[in-house]
Amino acid sequence: MATKEKREVPGTYLFDSTMAKKGYGLNKMCYSFNNQESRDEFNADPDAYCDKFNLTDAQKAAIKEKDIIAMLREGGSIYYLAKYAGLLKLNMQDIGALQTGMSVDEFKDMLVKNGRGDV
Amino acid sequence: MANIIGGITTSHIPAIANAMANGLEETPYWKPFFDGYPPVRDWLNEKKPDVIILFYNDHGLEFFIDKKPTFAIGVADEYHNADEGWGIPTIPPVTGESELSWHIANSLVEDGFDMTICQEMKVDHGLTVPLNLMWPGYNYGHVKVIPVCINCEQHPMPQPKRTFALGQAIGRAVASFDEDMKVAVFGTGGMSHQLDGERAGIINRKFDLECLDKLVTDPEDLTKYSNLDLVEIAGAQGVELNMLLAMRGTLIGEVKELHRNYHAPISNTGSGLMLLEHEMPK
Repeated sequence: MATKEKREVPGTYLFDSTMAKKGYGLNKMCYSFNNQESRDEFNADPDAYCDKFNLTDAQKAAIKEKDIIAMLREGGSIYYLAKYAGLLKLNMQDIGALQTGMSVDEFKDMLVKNGRGDV
Repeated sequence: MANIIGGITTSHIPAIANAMANGLEETPYWKPFFDGYPPVRDWLNEKKPDVIILFYNDHGLEFFIDKKPTFAIGVADEYHNADEGWGIPTIPPVTGESELSWHIANSLVEDGFDMTICQEMKVDHGLTVPLNLMWPGYNYGHVKVIPVCINCEQHPMPQPKRTFALGQAIGRAVASFDEDMKVAVFGTGGMSHQLDGERAGIINRKFDLECLDKLVTDPEDLTKYSNLDLVEIAGAQGVELNMLLAMRGTLIGEVKELHRNYHAPISNTGSGLMLLEHEMPK
């Protein structure tokens, strides 16, 4: 039996049924970035490419602003968003810094501290 | 009969592929991670498994959320890697093992695990990074790989108790295969990490080390966690512990730890390398 449990973990956007439905077009667009031709097509005209996947205005704005948190709120899954990040030439530490409001160096320092078990 | 000769846990993060492609293994950042691998490579070269059963999760290369299998198994003679969108090198084809794969698939469905059975599947870094870590220079073509893919991307995901049971069922399936064959099992991924949200960057070293201990001595204790528990304790992607548990499920009797190397961070994760042997069936 499915539990009705909705557990909130602060700073975490659980990619569940609600998000999977809400973010379908956004994620489908990002999934297409596995192909070079799709990345080229996006780069040539981002707005037109977003429209091709029926992105909502909020999703389009998030893509335009490179606002990862907003993309998550709008149903983005980090695994597909990572492909958009790749298109922007950003790695996981860059993405971490963007989401936490830290500089990339501060974010990397935090990882080192967390890795040592300091916190 | 086919025999499982041991199990290995390893990270599969894409940054490893980049580090290897750029020859960074000896740099201060990467050395403590790569230094863990030679004993495991030596074991593989000495024991020469014919087949690797490899638990991983697909991060959006083969599967999109249009159709997302909870558990999938490859039954092909060959698997291909492809562009994943962010520039890690695409690696040469991976050899498959169709006959044992089909035997496992048949046995699993009979056993109540309703697998998605794949005659074609692109394999992503979750599978390719571990192979190249164990046989660097893409020298893994001699070993036959059976991919077992577990949904760790979209909730609902299979719970730890279920993935452990899947491993146990695969162990039974292998033991009932008539042909003589040596099988090693890789559980790849993890350990604690979170890529998304304001909470990105958490690593839980203490929990990772506890998990490694428990994977040796008391894996069933780890099955008390739900995926939501794991998200809370080990981060949103900490659910990749499921692959390690599936591997451990394939081992029976007394399990011996031959090697371990925990290092954190690599990229955003804690990395747990472990080599285990178990009581071989008589």
